[in-house]
Amino acid sequence: MLEVSVTKKLRDFVFDVNIEVNSGETLVLMGENGSGKTTVLNVIAGLAAPDEGHVRLDSTCFFDRASGQDLPPESRNVGYLFQNYALFPTMTVYDNVAFGLRMRKRPRAEIRTRVKYLLEEMGMWELQGERAVNLSGGQKQRVALSRALAIDPALFLLDEPLSAIDAEAQLSLRKELKQIIKGAGVPGIVVTHSIKDAHELADRVCLMEKGKIIASGNPEEVLRKGICRFIDGIMDAY
Amino acid sequence: MARIMGKTITIGRAGLLKVSPIEVIALIMMAIIFLFILLPVISLFLKISPDSFFGEFNNAVVLDALRLSFITSISTAIIVLILGTPVAYINARYNYPGKVLIDTIIDLPVVIPPAVAGIALLMAFGRMGVVGQYLNMAGITVGFTTVAVVMAQLFVSSPFYIRQARSSFEDVDVTYENAARTLGASRVATFFYVTVPIAMNGLISGLIMTWARALGEFGATILFAGNFAGRTQTMPLAIYMTMEGGDLNACIALSIILVAISFIVIVAVKILTRGAVLNARS
Repeated sequence: MLEVSVTKKLRDFVFDVNIEVNSGETLVLMGENGSGKTTVLNVIAGLAAPDEGHVRLDSTCFFDRASGQDLPPESRNVGYLFQNYALFPTMTVYDNVAFGLRMRKRPRAEIRTRVKYLLEEMGMWELQGERAVNLSGGQKQRVALSRALAIDPALFLLDEPLSAIDAEAQLSLRKELKQIIKGAGVPGIVVTHSIKDAHELADRVCLMEKGKIIASGNPEEVLRKGICRFIDGIMDAY
Repeated sequence: MARIMGKTITIGRAGLLKVSPIEVIALIMMAIIFLFILLPVISLFLKISPDSFFGEFNNAVVLDALRLSFITSISTAIIVLILGTPVAYINARYNYPGKVLIDTIIDLPVVIPPAVAGIALLMAFGRMGVVGQYLNMAGITVGFTTVAVVMAQLFVSSPFYIRQARSSFEDVDVTYENAARTLGASRVATFFYVTVPIAMNGLISGLIMTWARALGEFGATILFAGNFAGRTQTMPLAIYMTMEGGDLNACIALSIILVAISFIVIVAVKILTRGAVLNARS
């Protein structure tokens, strides 16, 4: 289980978040731009340091102000899918997916087997020699997912996983994404603006406003009118 | 044939080229600048025969200067690369007290006249200098040696690489570095496997600029290192000496070599910086 209980002074407000996510459970974070959703992911991944509190995953302590523990990002084994995928532009598809395994000094043959398996699963093996910059949005997402999966993450963090993809491709990718997260059997947190994503992927939805969680529950409970302005706004747009 | 029609000058058949007076003035100005720069450069090539030019490659003064220039300028480039890269990266990514001051000092040699740089180096590291007197007591002499040539070049040329490297590192989206960290790369591994490859074109073009500036260094070198053939006489100093001594062919030959290198440098930097922008923004 992932336990996050942190505060951090940000420029406009105090970020103050308490969440727990069980193994195999997917939590969807929604809220306006600048409400602190990505900060939640960064604090868990070790890319931003909280002022107070702790972050724990099962028996591993990622961060604890009281004991001074602060694991660097490279020791947290987190599968983080960045908003624009952040595929390394100077590397091929293969090298992107192999990157995490190479950093772990895995044997060459094992790396090849693993990368081939993942890229074949995603239907991307034919493009293994292609430079990451030459891919479409959907292809980049598949490569970024393969790269995050390659390291057998203990935790999944996905920041707007479908926003850079056209509407038609989103439908099938959303289903695949659900299978991948469920299949990994680890806690997952997904940041999204899309009600469809939330309904399809979430076991639980948390709404954020100015650094705090203002509502939490299953999608049917939370994603209805009258909960908060942000959700009202999205519902009206449908 | 051109005929003036109101405000437009029509050139050629049926006005294929319509040029307004303001464009004519602009064209003339461009032509003046173009010729003003190109004419002296071309004149170098017109004032020496190919035979005399290639004959100068048997001239000891020319050969010594060539050898010394390459050894010192390449040493300078390597030292700037090693010392300047961490500084450039830190200034691109982190804020710390006194950063503005450090940045200003790094840029200072660009505006200090080279002759002043030479005197300043002499006052610091010369035999009677602030630091030099202690080096002297320890039996180390810096002034008027090849080491002094490298120091003079370092002083005047380091900002070119450090500035370019800093802006190249700034152009690398920090998300790439974050992604590398979450995938298991340490800070150092992230720097070498992710940041440097993305910034590579900018780094190389900065290093070429520093090397070219070091190669052309004259003022600080002659004041701090002196003008001794084979020891401190680099190509620009040899140009000065051969000119003084009336050996015009050696003088022109050395100049042509430097012009050719300058031209290659400009083209290389233009190609590399265009590639760098494409890379970092993708």
